[in-house]
Amino acid sequence: MQAAKENFLLYLADSTHILSHRNSEWCGHAPILEQDIALTNIALDLLGQSRNFYQYAAELIGNNATEDSLAYLRIESEYKNLLLVELPKEDWAHTVLRQFYFSVFLFYLYQQLQQNKDVQIAAIATKAIKEVAYHVRWSGEWVIRLGDGTEESNQRMQYAVEAYKNFTGEFFVLTNYEKQMQIDFELIQQQWNDKVAAVFNDATLSFTNSNFHQVGGKEGRHTEYLGYILTDMQYLQRTYPNATW
Amino acid sequence: MVNEQSISVANIWKIVETIPDPEIPVISIVELGVVREVKIENDIIEIIITPTYIGCPAMDMITMHIKLALMEAGFKNVKVTSVLSPAWTTDWMTEETKNKLKAYGIAPPNTKQIVCTPDLFIQDEAVACPHCNNFNTKMVSRFGSTACKALYFCNNCNEPFDYFKCH
Repeated sequence: MQAAKENFLLYLADSTHILSHRNSEWCGHAPILEQDIALTNIALDLLGQSRNFYQYAAELIGNNATEDSLAYLRIESEYKNLLLVELPKEDWAHTVLRQFYFSVFLFYLYQQLQQNKDVQIAAIATKAIKEVAYHVRWSGEWVIRLGDGTEESNQRMQYAVEAYKNFTGEFFVLTNYEKQMQIDFELIQQQWNDKVAAVFNDATLSFTNSNFHQVGGKEGRHTEYLGYILTDMQYLQRTYPNATW
Repeated sequence: MVNEQSISVANIWKIVETIPDPEIPVISIVELGVVREVKIENDIIEIIITPTYIGCPAMDMITMHIKLALMEAGFKNVKVTSVLSPAWTTDWMTEETKNKLKAYGIAPPNTKQIVCTPDLFIQDEAVACPHCNNFNTKMVSRFGSTACKALYFCNNCNEPFDYFKCH
């Protein structure tokens, strides 16, 4: 149970961390200033969640592990993030859609984690869910704005839907450690499907249900893209071990 | 410099109350609701703080300011601990604090809690412009210059302003 909890915390820490990094790549590049600020705010919230999960995981793991050693000194095959969050950033349509998929999942997951028997997990979820609600609203509104916008914006959203259709299944293909966490993932899947369907309906988008799912991220089997992120992110600590500000 | 009597919870609170928030210097970190508790055990002073937003980058600076302020007053054994529960909320803000925000040009948070829903396109109840008090305002972006603020625009006086989001 202890090992399962550590893995589960690392899965959440890594997923929020990597998406935070991907979103931060937009800093200075978003279509307008207000949205640049919005996305970097979301990146910051995700990083905050990530730090709390890493800190707690480090406490459970012991052996002098710290949030920094977990973030900066683990290799690709030790990272447990979802494949969806490590894919390259692409255009604005891909960015808002990925955020929407991920935030809706986190919202319903945190709803259950608020009642978790582990008080620290419950505290992180209770704290974070208010912010995740903002992310769902922001990203969902963009999905509708673009999907139900111009011919081109609709087409770009539909491309993004196609691009991610094999990557959303991973949320619900459970690993052994998730199965031990006493979370009702079937309920989350139902809620996720309903929310996505409702927003897609307003956005005049069609959701392509795929029977094939790309999985493996949660167990350390990643796409080629993660290595580049980690190289970028871990360069300093690898080159100058224990460097501090 | 320090006598025995000065190490009291009340005295420590008095010092902490003088520390301004790094982002919004017109209110103190106590008024913001970031400082939750002061404990003294075996001459070790422990200050419990909680972040406004989970990724608030000001927490390290707040921790440093607390330590510096107490050190200046002669207290060296200071520990600052950050906790997440109970989760910070703008409901803790007093009317006096809200007035200070308004005088500074930031619309204070409304009291109605509607943030924790994933429903789209819901608007906060009308936010009054801190400059002209008119309610004819519109939200420009839910995310502002800091995590706790949203960007608004007043249709009456044509001034942009920050709204301290109810959270």
